[in-house]
Amino acid sequence: MIIDWINFTPWSALAGGILLGLASAAFILLNGRVLGISGILGGLLVPRRSDASWRVFFLMGLLVAPVTLALLAPTLIATPRIEANNAAIVAAGLLVGLGTRYGSGCTSGHGVCGLSRLSPRSMVATLAFMASGFLTVYVIRHLI
Amino acid sequence: MNRIAEFAVGLLFGWGLLVSGMTDPGKVVGFLDLAGAWDPSLAFVMGGAILVGLLGFTLAKKRTRSFLGAAMHLPTARDIDRRLVLGSLTFGAGWGLAGFCPGPALVAMGAGIPKAALFVVSMIAGMLLFELFERQRRARTQ
Repeated sequence: MIIDWINFTPWSALAGGILLGLASAAFILLNGRVLGISGILGGLLVPRRSDASWRVFFLMGLLVAPVTLALLAPTLIATPRIEANNAAIVAAGLLVGLGTRYGSGCTSGHGVCGLSRLSPRSMVATLAFMASGFLTVYVIRHLI
Repeated sequence: MNRIAEFAVGLLFGWGLLVSGMTDPGKVVGFLDLAGAWDPSLAFVMGGAILVGLLGFTLAKKRTRSFLGAAMHLPTARDIDRRLVLGSLTFGAGWGLAGFCPGPALVAMGAGIPKAALFVVSMIAGMLLFELFERQRRARTQ
């Protein structure tokens, strides 16, 4: 295995991870909710109006994060590198939308919150999407 | 008060994703590419998040109401079934294909990146397909 020392950013990764953990802890402790992005977004797509407003407020915070951080600390934001073409982006979006709803969670709900709760279900889900992600990138970068 | 907290938590989570570098699909794919030049950053992101999350959820499990007086919605599902595994495998394939998962894609869309917006629209379409399939399944079993 070769480590990519040029792109490896342990300190900002750890700092960002701590912020993610703080947000997840704050959400369950203040609002009594598990911070899972796919579940929060997916819950808006079923017509249950009484339960929509907290989801909308959370998602608004998420959407304004780049603009506000760009004002406070622009140097902390990396420019995204997106290799996938538009067709791959559409296919990936469909797979992520379907998969996270069938699997009841994504990297935040299962990966961060689920593992923090020591949930066996989330451990299985996290191992499954990690394995599938590793395999997919291997196929795309080294076989095709 | 609850609405302010939800907004603030969303903002904090978005900042965390930006600071960690996870809103850059190149960094995510760099982690998933074990056979190439491997960027271990994502493991540090998860490590930092779980370290703090463990403390938060340990405390949360002991409470019957949240600190703002809301009901605690801790997951109750225990079964490890085909839906969980196949769904997660499907999600992982899409994650590896684009380097986006739901949170970072929404944040990158908020930053005005067109491909992130295209991803989010497709992801919502996938979620709506799930709702449609579920409705059909319920109609069949009734």
